[in-house]
Amino acid sequence: MPGLSLLIVGLAPLAILIVSSFAGLLMAASDSAGRGLGDPYIWRITGFAAWQAFWSAVLSVGLAIPVARALARRPAFPGRTALIRALGVPMVIPTIVGVLGIVAVFGRSGWINDAIQLASPDSRLDIYGLTGILLAHIFFNLPLAIRMLLHGWAGIPTESWRLAGQLGMDGGQVFRTVEWPMIRRIAPGICGLVFLLCFTSFAVVLALGGGPSRATIEVAIYQALRLDFDLTRVAVLAGLQLAILAVAVGAWSALSRPVDVATPLRLAGERYDGTSRGARLADRAVIAGAFLGMALPLSAIVINGLQGPIVEVLASRSFYEAALRSLVIGPAAGGLSLLMALTIVLGARRIRQCAGHGRIAGLGEWLGAAALMMPPLAIGAGLFVLLRTVTDVFAVGLPVVVLVNAAFGVPFGVRLLAPAADRAGETYRNLVDSLGMRGWDRFRLVDWPILRRPAALALALVSALSLGDLGVIALFGSDTTRTLPLMLYETMGAYRMDRAAVIALALAAMALGLFFVMERLVGGRARG
Amino acid sequence: MAEAAVDGAPMIRVRDVAFDYDDMHMRFDLAVASGSLLALIGPSGAGKSTLLNLVAGFERPSGGRIVLAGQDMAGVPPAQRPVTSLFQEHNLFAHLTVVQNVGLGRHPGLRLTRSDRREVAETLATLGLDGLDSRLPGQLSGGERQRVALARALIRQRPILLLDEPFAALGPAQRREMVALVDGLRRDRGLTVLLVSHQVDELRGLRDAEAAFVDAGRVAARGDLPGFLDGESLPALRRYLGTP
Repeated sequence: MPGLSLLIVGLAPLAILIVSSFAGLLMAASDSAGRGLGDPYIWRITGFAAWQAFWSAVLSVGLAIPVARALARRPAFPGRTALIRALGVPMVIPTIVGVLGIVAVFGRSGWINDAIQLASPDSRLDIYGLTGILLAHIFFNLPLAIRMLLHGWAGIPTESWRLAGQLGMDGGQVFRTVEWPMIRRIAPGICGLVFLLCFTSFAVVLALGGGPSRATIEVAIYQALRLDFDLTRVAVLAGLQLAILAVAVGAWSALSRPVDVATPLRLAGERYDGTSRGARLADRAVIAGAFLGMALPLSAIVINGLQGPIVEVLASRSFYEAALRSLVIGPAAGGLSLLMALTIVLGARRIRQCAGHGRIAGLGEWLGAAALMMPPLAIGAGLFVLLRTVTDVFAVGLPVVVLVNAAFGVPFGVRLLAPAADRAGETYRNLVDSLGMRGWDRFRLVDWPILRRPAALALALVSALSLGDLGVIALFGSDTTRTLPLMLYETMGAYRMDRAAVIALALAAMALGLFFVMERLVGGRARG
Repeated sequence: MAEAAVDGAPMIRVRDVAFDYDDMHMRFDLAVASGSLLALIGPSGAGKSTLLNLVAGFERPSGGRIVLAGQDMAGVPPAQRPVTSLFQEHNLFAHLTVVQNVGLGRHPGLRLTRSDRREVAETLATLGLDGLDSRLPGQLSGGERQRVALARALIRQRPILLLDEPFAALGPAQRREMVALVDGLRRDRGLTVLLVSHQVDELRGLRDAEAAFVDAGRVAARGDLPGFLDGESLPALRRYLGTP
């Protein structure tokens, strides 16, 4: 079957990762593994993980609806495009940096508490625990939810707005008749996505959990492996995590309707509702509130970073080495990830077109996209156990981190590339066949020009995320493999907050810089 | 709401209306008498739909005046204009039933009185749609969907009906049938109709009606149907129609 070999090559790294991780976990699971499941601790943290993920999802999407609605209802205010682009910043900013920014605003000696102290010296906002975890998860996922909802709004046909305008619907009637049916269709899927992302959250919960019972399974795996070295518990936790996610991802993909995130956020035409003064003020307040909430932690990162011991940190050898490692890991993982995604997408398209085996092609793409839900720490723990029987795990740590990060980036690539690749295939299929264009020529002359921009976006996104990732590296980290995010976490753990602020600013600048450079270099002309 | 036009004055008066779209400068001048039907024909991109959108208030002119039923429409929002529109698609909300979709024409929040409900039922019956009350648009044929949309347009009781290729997706026979239905409703209810059409064949059955040829953002020619489609001398129209 043509295309099958491509698809297999693209999926192979994912398969190798999963199989070797399973092998490692099986090795670690001794006879007492069954008894491990009876441990109430495991069920307590599973319950907490689900509880915080539930509220993170409900609050993120619940808050995103009014913001997206206000943005959709005001299609032409100055700065709108810049605001919507700024929604991408929390997605690119390294998690641990965002956490530091949130601590700087809401933490014990943060801005908000300073303000509260002025009013009443006895009251104090405590960020560690559920509050902090929810704040951080909302900070990272609210922009994501807003963007996905905006795509839903962009998908409402122009005629519906005109019809609503001609029928004289007011804001509430437009919401009930035009907007709510769209929200009801896509919001459950977005909720499910945020739930899954927060259920497997690692860096946020590690830094803000503030107690052994307030953990996700991912954090518990890290603690069992790196602090207790209890391999049986690692195997039990990882097995449980994989089982829960398999069920949850299955339920999620059955429930959610696809949101076409590849279409540009061009909101059709004019709106005829919400012209009253009150509606205008309300929309303005909602938009300003949301962006203030997003801007506060980001500005805290910049302000605190600039006030820190910049020269001392930047000149230190350990910083320089860690930064160099991160700068290699990011692009390496991004490039590998894009290669895998391209092979999967083009292989799946070829199978679909030539043989009509839509189901195999769809399964291949689904496998690529489902990697988003592979729990990094569970997979990483399995690899750790397997590798330590054959080699020095810390010596091979960095290649493993690159491979795992690349694998987790594949879903972004598949989701961004698949719609464009299918459109290109559909449009030019007959033309390409009649001209006899095949293989490399076809890719170079037809597919790449069309795929270039989504490919650049995927590459930039995965590179920046991998550069700033504090995940598997926490398992494989040592003096010789320390990356910048790990160094930041350790500096925070040692309460050297002034130094941490400088590292955080540097890391954020590197991630954003890498993102823009990659996107421009590979994607060509400026995005419209 | 259906107010009669001042005697002698046209129901629709588009005077020197300017509108810029990308590089295209459009300038429309048009008068349509009360109770008449004017079909707009011409190549795609010539500005037919734009003209309808300007009359409906979906687009704002950069100059000129639009007077409908004797009233200047400057600054009047779409809902307050004496017009009702039928689009090519997406006329119905997919999650609302036939009765609800039509009822929206009476109250945009669907708070209907008993007499409103009776009128919805009567209008549906007039258009041969009785028995489909609780169906969803997805369960109807293309022709039925457009008749439901037409029912909603009628129940709004506006003197001007704007149709933007609403029957383009239907087969030839059904298209002629729908045009005849619209023409009959015009005569029965005294409506003024602007109809954008791409298939000139569907206009051949019309009597006592006019057509206008829109080309490059202007109304280039106008005449009585059906003769306009045959004996016209304008080269651009002959080219468009393919007549020698």
